[in-house]
Amino acid sequence: MPTDIIFGPEMVDIRKDDSVSSIADAAPSGASGAAVSDYAGYQDSVIRFLTVASVFWGVVGFLVGLVIASQLAWPSLNLALEWTSFGRLRPLHTSAVIFAFGGNVLLASSYYCVQRTCQARLWGGNLGWFVAIGYQIFIVMAALSYVLGITQGKEYAEPEWFVDLFLTVVWVGYFLVFVGTLAKRKEPHIYVANWFFLAFIATVAVLHIVNNLAIPVSWTKSYVVWAGVQDALTQWWYGHNAVGFFLTAGFLGIMYYFIPKQAQRPVYSYRLSVVHFWSLVFMYIWAGPHHLHYTALPEWAQTVGMVFSVMLWMPSWGGMINGMMTLSGAWDKLRTDPILRLMITSIAFYGMSTFEGPMMSIKSVNALSHYTDWTIGHVHSGALGWVGFVSFGAIYYLVPKLWNRERLYSVRLVNTHFWVATIGIVLYITAMWVSGIMQGLMWRAYDSLGFLQYSFVETVQAMEPFYIIRAAGGGLFVIGGFIMAYNVWRTIRGDLKDEAPIGAA
Amino acid sequence: MPTKIEKDIVSGQDTTGHEWDGIKELDTPIPRWWWYTLWATVVFAAVYVVLYPAILPGGPTKGLLGWSQYKVLADDQAAATAAQKGMRDKITSAELGAISEDADMLNFAMAGGRAAFGDNCAPCHGSGAQGFVGYPNLNDDEWLWGGKLEDITTTIRYGIRTTHEDSRSSEMPAFGVDEMLDAKQIDAVADYALSLSSSSPAVGPGAAIYEENCVACHGDTGQGDKEQGAPSLKDKVWLYGGDKATVVQTINGSRKGVMPAWAGRLDEATIRSLAVYVHSLGGGK
Repeated sequence: MPTDIIFGPEMVDIRKDDSVSSIADAAPSGASGAAVSDYAGYQDSVIRFLTVASVFWGVVGFLVGLVIASQLAWPSLNLALEWTSFGRLRPLHTSAVIFAFGGNVLLASSYYCVQRTCQARLWGGNLGWFVAIGYQIFIVMAALSYVLGITQGKEYAEPEWFVDLFLTVVWVGYFLVFVGTLAKRKEPHIYVANWFFLAFIATVAVLHIVNNLAIPVSWTKSYVVWAGVQDALTQWWYGHNAVGFFLTAGFLGIMYYFIPKQAQRPVYSYRLSVVHFWSLVFMYIWAGPHHLHYTALPEWAQTVGMVFSVMLWMPSWGGMINGMMTLSGAWDKLRTDPILRLMITSIAFYGMSTFEGPMMSIKSVNALSHYTDWTIGHVHSGALGWVGFVSFGAIYYLVPKLWNRERLYSVRLVNTHFWVATIGIVLYITAMWVSGIMQGLMWRAYDSLGFLQYSFVETVQAMEPFYIIRAAGGGLFVIGGFIMAYNVWRTIRGDLKDEAPIGAA
Repeated sequence: MPTKIEKDIVSGQDTTGHEWDGIKELDTPIPRWWWYTLWATVVFAAVYVVLYPAILPGGPTKGLLGWSQYKVLADDQAAATAAQKGMRDKITSAELGAISEDADMLNFAMAGGRAAFGDNCAPCHGSGAQGFVGYPNLNDDEWLWGGKLEDITTTIRYGIRTTHEDSRSSEMPAFGVDEMLDAKQIDAVADYALSLSSSSPAVGPGAAIYEENCVACHGDTGQGDKEQGAPSLKDKVWLYGGDKATVVQTINGSRKGVMPAWAGRLDEATIRSLAVYVHSLGGGK
């Protein structure tokens, strides 16, 4: 293939010889000229753009994470500058990995999946591109404002009101593109992946708007309309469902499309997908108050958060079962296909963290875990293991298809990425488990006379070695990100590494 | 309109007959254990909301167990206070010097002092009481305001240079900033001050300047004066640094470190315990 088309706004048509993208077979016979042009091919140029954006923001977000992890171990790395202080870089890291990396992966994979499973070109003409470009502008605005110290001070919802409004417009566009494409589908049923994508898009819109309701007092400052404990509850209703719908439902959509495709096996259980979808979306929305155990939140509301979190265990695991068991009959592929290995490992991490989450929501467990590094470890087993790995799997799947390459530049490099990143995650989360549980136990330790055994600073000193191990684990994950970026870049260029297939004798 | 139900050879399951972009679905029943576990969590939730504070039709309920986070906290605090009350009262009413004479009181004061030190004093004096630049080391023999148990108690209780009416306070002149000495004189007297801690005090212009400006507080041999918090210049202990440049800076602009008053923030038993603990660290007189 020529390497002329990297990505770009060729809006209307996909090359006629692009067999991957062509759905000529599916175009209704006898359709009018306009309809033919509409269904001439999938709109993949925007997905190429979003895929490159995913890889770029992924590497950026991981790197900022490594910087702040290192700052915790070696505080002078904040350079004594306000712009590089932990308080400003931490939201930069979380937003970069969740919204910039995760968001672009979701946009790319949902655009790809919805077109293929509906056999329809993206609805709305250039609206898909508007969403893609607008989303990058949102990311840049948010990132700049954090570094300059402009923030609402709401975790994972730091952007000020004008950025929030801009994102709302973009997000409504995304919703329209997605629903519009579903509406003109050629398939009688809507595929399960699209249920999850739709739940993600719709719920995030509601969460974003309600949590960010604010009264501006200047261009860079506003006051959120919620106050006191209502603000806290709204914030964690938003915050936990950002995890539930952005990082879980959305990425389950990715899983439901890319794992059956990569494994070339049917989805394990349609019935399970129906039941776990509805139970997941119903239960998740109530779970947020578990972030506010033992606070001023009324105790009955804490109970609501806890019991729904516990009941969320099986609905979450429904996705794990369906993902894992889709491999039955294809387990041997794990030996030879590192992309599938990334995907299956991501499900393993998903299963682990969706067990850990309900457990940590139980109040007596939370009394130990809350405010400690255990929470950070829990989040990262989900973020690095589940979200990261399933995203890597989807990106590795997408790139050769989108650029019409025979295969990735190097499948063996995917294997290297897998192992480097896996070791990184294991170092990261075990360090945080040990550090967090130690921290929680040290805080509550009393001597025989009833005095606190440890001062706060002693608990900080005790965590230092684990901060260093965590930074090392994060460093490996960053290296994995660079390996992926290199592999993707060479694949896009059209290079093929001369290498023996994995598992070949 | 499922059109083509097939049998999957590997699993023996039928497909649902749907197909999207080559993806098919099996009609596998939901695993039994999944349902059982789901219902078990639902039963757990149902039992929990009856036993613990919850919201049921009709409004918030307190739960059959009567459990409440506020009650747990109040009970724990009451138990902890009761357990320590005897010893705390004893330490509060004892002669200061008698605390160290009684093994039980000493033990309690040392444990309580160590805990209070870590949470209140360590941020400035260091968790090992080793001090930092501008914050005295409490392990050595050098005491600005006296190292006796009573002195230490007074310092902790009222602080140094605070707004408390009983706070001890003093102020070294800023000789350079207030144009009492010129740069040359400051340089000379710095040399002299530094020489006081060596075996052979220098003679030169600095000695006369010292005699005229510094003796009143730091003493004729540089021995210092604990009544006014004037540090000894004879030892090698330097609060802000003993290099020439730092000493010049000190003479030029003065130093006036502040320690907060803890009376009203810590109770009497804790202040006394802290004094006993700090006194024991190595340098107590």
